[in-house]
Amino acid sequence: MTIHNLYIFDRTGTCLHYSEWHRRRQAGIPKEEEFKLMFGMLFSLCSFVNKMSPTDMREGFVSFQTSRYRLHYLESPSGVRLVLNTDLGVSSARDALQHIYSNLFVELVVKNPLCPPRAPVQSELFRSRLDAFIRGLPFFAPRPS
Amino acid sequence: MAIFSVYVVNKAGGLIYQLDHYAPRADTEKTFSFPLDLVLRPHDERIVVAFGQRDGIRVGHAVLAINGAEVNGRSTADGKDVMEFLGNPANYPVSIRFGRHRLSSNEKLMLASMFHSLFAIGSQLSPEIGSSGIEMLETDTFKLHCFQTLTGIKFMVLADPRQAGIDSLLRKIYEIYSDFALKNPFYSLEMPIRCELFDQNLKLALEVAEKAGPFGPGS
Repeated sequence: MTIHNLYIFDRTGTCLHYSEWHRRRQAGIPKEEEFKLMFGMLFSLCSFVNKMSPTDMREGFVSFQTSRYRLHYLESPSGVRLVLNTDLGVSSARDALQHIYSNLFVELVVKNPLCPPRAPVQSELFRSRLDAFIRGLPFFAPRPS
Repeated sequence: MAIFSVYVVNKAGGLIYQLDHYAPRADTEKTFSFPLDLVLRPHDERIVVAFGQRDGIRVGHAVLAINGAEVNGRSTADGKDVMEFLGNPANYPVSIRFGRHRLSSNEKLMLASMFHSLFAIGSQLSPEIGSSGIEMLETDTFKLHCFQTLTGIKFMVLADPRQAGIDSLLRKIYEIYSDFALKNPFYSLEMPIRCELFDQNLKLALEVAEKAGPFGPGS
């Protein structure tokens, strides 16, 4: 079980934060392009899921998996989107994402007067606390390779 | 537990088969007096609730029927404009049925090709080497399972999140497709599947999967 990377987007699609831990493959495009592609995919996925759903949704899109990784998604009511890529051993990272949003992002970024809204997060405290939290998760284990 | 629908998408992203197996009914019918205490607005060739929620009627629900007669997009069964009809106090009290809008065949085509591209992007953004596209997509109301064959055909099944045995069902559908579509001399590749035997066997497989779950070998 391991964690590959984490994206935080605001509601307009700006990537506020990106960090990676065990990422073996890069997308082969500049980071800016990758963020745009990721946000575009999430945006389309949410609208796709809303149209496909047979009944009314509450949370909407939660996660998807491919043969090699699983993408966990959390959207806050204000439109902040958190995306965590893990391997297939992690069945749900919803609590971790919820913690990152409410205890780290809101406390250290939203309430921080030095962090302008809708701009990439520069706060060193947020970065280090986030890194420590992710490294402390039970499913964060270095890959046996 | 239920299987909602099945989609088959060809390698170019075109929808070649679609079946709605089970659609949960969540419609609400209510009798209203003038003036209507909901704000309705035309949206994409239908009338949807834009503001006001009550008794199970939610924002985004579409007007499905008026006085028991199904509406046809923006016009009532006898050809009048729905907004005009509901704006006239002489037509009240009126009974209106609200519910989630059913997908039209055009929307299904569009959604199928949309998934085709999402599938490709999912594999491009992979943090791991050698990843496939989206195999399973989870939401709080349904799970979408997708199986892509070596020849690029995608089989998609929408099912209840608790429904088990979808992976074996997808392989069974592939088998049915090979047996009753590909072996049919009148079927041309990549074209919509109109084969009676395919239909029958698919429905049978869905019923078996709903009741029993996984398929054994050779079933």
